[in-house]
Amino acid sequence: MDTALIPKGVKRCPLPQFLAGLGAAHVVLLWGVFAMLLCWLKGLNQTNMNNAYGFAMWIWADRAVIALGGGAFFTGFLRYIVGKDKLKYIINYAVLIGFICYSSALLILAIDIGQPLRGWFIFWHANVHSMLTEVAFCLTAYFFVLCVEYLPLVLENRQIDKVPFFHNLTHNMHEIMAVFAATGAFLSFFHQGSLGGVAGVLFGRPFGFREHILIWPFTFFLFTWSAAACGPCFTILITKITEAIARKKLVKDDVIELLAKISGWMMLTYIIAKTIDTIYWAVVTAPSKGLALSHFYTNNALYGYWILILEVVICGWVPALILITDKGRKNQFTLWLAVILAVIGVSLNRWVMVLQVLAVPVMPFIKWVLYFPSWQEVATTILPVAYGVILIMISYRYLPIFPQEAELNPLEPPALPEDEPEAGEEAAQEAEVQEDQKTGEGDLQPAEA
Amino acid sequence: MKHEKAKKFGMVIDLDKCTGCGSCMVACMAENNVPFREDETDKLLSVAWMRVYKLTNGKPFPDADICYLPRPCQHCEGHHGHSPCVSVCPATATDYDTRTGIVSQIYARCFGCRYCMAACPYHVRLFNWYDPVWPDGMEQSLNPDVSVRMRGVVEKCSFCIQRYQMAKDRAYMEGREDIEEEDYQTACTQACPADAITFGDLNNPHHKVHQLARPDHRNGGKPRAKNLFRLLERLGTNPKVYYKSSREWVRNLGDNHDAIQEKA
Repeated sequence: MDTALIPKGVKRCPLPQFLAGLGAAHVVLLWGVFAMLLCWLKGLNQTNMNNAYGFAMWIWADRAVIALGGGAFFTGFLRYIVGKDKLKYIINYAVLIGFICYSSALLILAIDIGQPLRGWFIFWHANVHSMLTEVAFCLTAYFFVLCVEYLPLVLENRQIDKVPFFHNLTHNMHEIMAVFAATGAFLSFFHQGSLGGVAGVLFGRPFGFREHILIWPFTFFLFTWSAAACGPCFTILITKITEAIARKKLVKDDVIELLAKISGWMMLTYIIAKTIDTIYWAVVTAPSKGLALSHFYTNNALYGYWILILEVVICGWVPALILITDKGRKNQFTLWLAVILAVIGVSLNRWVMVLQVLAVPVMPFIKWVLYFPSWQEVATTILPVAYGVILIMISYRYLPIFPQEAELNPLEPPALPEDEPEAGEEAAQEAEVQEDQKTGEGDLQPAEA
Repeated sequence: MKHEKAKKFGMVIDLDKCTGCGSCMVACMAENNVPFREDETDKLLSVAWMRVYKLTNGKPFPDADICYLPRPCQHCEGHHGHSPCVSVCPATATDYDTRTGIVSQIYARCFGCRYCMAACPYHVRLFNWYDPVWPDGMEQSLNPDVSVRMRGVVEKCSFCIQRYQMAKDRAYMEGREDIEEEDYQTACTQACPADAITFGDLNNPHHKVHQLARPDHRNGGKPRAKNLFRLLERLGTNPKVYYKSSREWVRNLGDNHDAIQEKA
């Protein structure tokens, strides 16, 4: 039924199967939307946040998805500015994942604020000293950049592309995409950094506070660096998951390995910097506030030294060392392991820099306060996941996201109608491809965001 | 034009006098229209601008000792007015007034991001998780000089700034250039039956609060008087609430010392 919308030269599952999957994702989405409406209509008393936890699961999710979406800006930077041409085969997907992550972050922020109708105050009454102001401006600006980067991909849909205006628009947008990639990299440097600065400037919270370079705390640079290092790992992970679900190869190994290699070296340099930062904080910064390292990791039921070891060693050093080796990248098991660990590591880093900062007692006569999210918080955090799945499903089905897909998965010649009368749509689709090839229109050009 | 000399309103709370009766909390709630709920068992959801903490020395009988510590907003000056909460607010909904030293909160501008709550180590910033609902008839007794806050915004102790405004108005009407010490006193100060709270201008040597605290303004306002301390002095928040106690264990609980002790 929707054959005319499916990119040429590729095969997709039957429409009913696709709609069933889409329906399942929509059920989860509606659950999240219901929770979101509860929060908007009844207020943040629907959450398990309290006066000790002004920031909680949502702010963690916000920072985590922004870090994971960092694959978009960094892959764009590598592709268009550094000139790693091979990455054009994965840049579309990186942009799509980034678009999902950033739109999710904006949605979560809209739910998280106590007075959503006043959200625009952050722009109107902006306090230039606040890290959150910088986050809001750069995040919003970069989201528009991602929209511009995603738009040509949408316009490359088979039917839309037939309209000469859109076809030419897409072509012209590709021509100037390097400008947007550079703008995206610039904006991302600042909003990723500012997110790190959110905790780093809190001189009243010794767990988050870090020494400064000029006006920026160390965490400013660490957040940018970790997003650039781990964001591409998330892109690889989602690509691998998509391949597993689609049961076909979508991106060639050399492309994945190149991105993994760059990510590995970025991660190694990041984790060296992070280790130095942690040692300096433990030995100099925290003691200057009267606090020993043990203060942050003892006398509570959750936050022990294990979390530090898990974040820095197991989910930091281990994936970095795997990804910098040729063997580690080529072996599918170690590649999967490394990207999963990297994603966990950066998410864990965001968790501790949001929740542990608040959990640690600062006044000597108060105790640790632990927190568990309400179902409304969980549902609204899963909401963006469902939204992302839906957008990926639709984009994958109808847009030429993976330029190498047709080459990696050549279609078999169409069966004759009398042999397999039930082949139906797929046969018609394949026949159409053959027809295109005869007329010379079937040559696939790599789609680039 | 003559420039008015900047004031720096602050407090000295004598912990040896405090009995923990909670009068300061009640007076504060009544004066400032602080909302409450029918069920206030979860204190982490409560809004209390003034909170009294119970401190213990952790020793068994007969050496056990307790102390009550009232904690209003510390009105931190930080470095040059960059108090922990003011500098982080993205919408300029909180302000450090260099003419009074008071950290204010603009309820109509706050959009409830709660970054200021994360920044404050004293937990003085409180979020309105619920809409304020007053028992029938009680809305008639609300203070008309203090706006009631709506759900979804942050609020905090203002050192009863409405009283300062009224004192200034009264002085103006009476032809006085400045207010007297007794013209502006916070509700908690007046309500304390033990006279444990002293409030006034820390910059004015004639004010009792100055004489008690003897702040060293060249050294970040640190108290020069014996037995006085400020909460979490080492953080550099430069608060304007001073505590007095003759008991060493109480003074020690005002700041973190574990790393310092380890070094020693």
